[in-house]
Amino acid sequence: MPDVPVSLTPKVPAEIRDRLTPEAARAAIRAAGVALLDERRQLSLDELAELADVPDSAVPALAALAHEVRLEWCGDTVEVEGILSAKTGGCPEDCHFCSQSAKFESPVQAMPFLDTADVLAAARETAALGATEFCIVLAIRGPDERTMDRICELVPLVQDEVGINVAVSAGIVTEAQAKRFAEVGVHRYNHNLETAESFFENVVTTHTWAERFDTCQLIREQGMELCCGVLLGMGESVDQRLELIGQLRAVDPAEVPLNFLNPRPGTPFAGLPLTEPLEAIRWISLFRLGLPSVILRYAGGREVTLRELQALGLTSGINALIVGNYLTTLGRSPEEDLQMLSDLQMPIGALSKAI
Amino acid sequence: MNDTYCRWCGTAVVEHPDVACRRELDPPRFCPECGRRLRVKVHTAGYEAACRDHGDLLD
Repeated sequence: MPDVPVSLTPKVPAEIRDRLTPEAARAAIRAAGVALLDERRQLSLDELAELADVPDSAVPALAALAHEVRLEWCGDTVEVEGILSAKTGGCPEDCHFCSQSAKFESPVQAMPFLDTADVLAAARETAALGATEFCIVLAIRGPDERTMDRICELVPLVQDEVGINVAVSAGIVTEAQAKRFAEVGVHRYNHNLETAESFFENVVTTHTWAERFDTCQLIREQGMELCCGVLLGMGESVDQRLELIGQLRAVDPAEVPLNFLNPRPGTPFAGLPLTEPLEAIRWISLFRLGLPSVILRYAGGREVTLRELQALGLTSGINALIVGNYLTTLGRSPEEDLQMLSDLQMPIGALSKAI
Repeated sequence: MNDTYCRWCGTAVVEHPDVACRRELDPPRFCPECGRRLRVKVHTAGYEAACRDHGDLLD
């Protein structure tokens, strides 16, 4: 059965931009290659902005450069991660894309923190697929004392019993909480910027972009790897996506999970259209070209957005993926992803941020 | 499937619009017997769904 959203009616018209001529696009891509591969320097945001306007016909050439940059800066290894929603739904925040907010009527039933046995079983299942990272995710604004205790008990336990790096995503944290996470061995902490600062108030009203930015800083200050993701396709403009890449540079994450909006029933963004597949490839490429050294991970929405083009993302700058299911939605089968990596001759392994 | 309620939107099947709302990449969210929201645990390689009154949902 086709996997189509309930509504395909776009609420927002597609943005019309002047595209570069084919000649100008070729020149811009060549110049970016010289900068990133020969001079081995980061592009300026103006250089990146020019690449954002290459015509659709030049997207494969843009992707080819992004792939070369990924190989040169990060190598050919792909990092595989599994995630688990350990506490689902009932979230007091109003992130308009999310089916776990208590503010919207969503089909997702709130669930309390899973038992230790459930978390361990999920971690073992993840490790058995060759994943090197397991992320425990909680739908909360930030952790209270009891939640802190539960997480701090689980992290070393999962690490010892399963032998996998443990990541945590538990919202906004204080300095003391970040310190405690570092002490119990949290390998990576996930806290997304989601979108550009200038678009954030269209997405979330219960906390500010600055609060997110501050948590990201605290994580890095405590020596944990920062995983700071984005969600494309919420109606943000091209300029705002470029702004976001600049803001990601400022928080300097080890990893950037790239999500594409999968409109969820009952949420304010339920009626938004999916990102076009070729447009998704354009932006995967631009994120790689803008953030040459990060672990750029395929995350939510890739199956419905890219469909048959999923393998193309891995040759457009993606060098990590979430395998299997997501938090409240399902992924394609892990076997399909592992076959894809094997067919692409990309080895699976742990990554850390390239210098 | 002789469901009374749609597993994905919870509407009574007799009132359900012709266009199926099933999404392949969504686990079931409503009990096919009573239409209440299911307790769903999603993990990397599978999911479990259960109704408070009707127990585990089996395909």
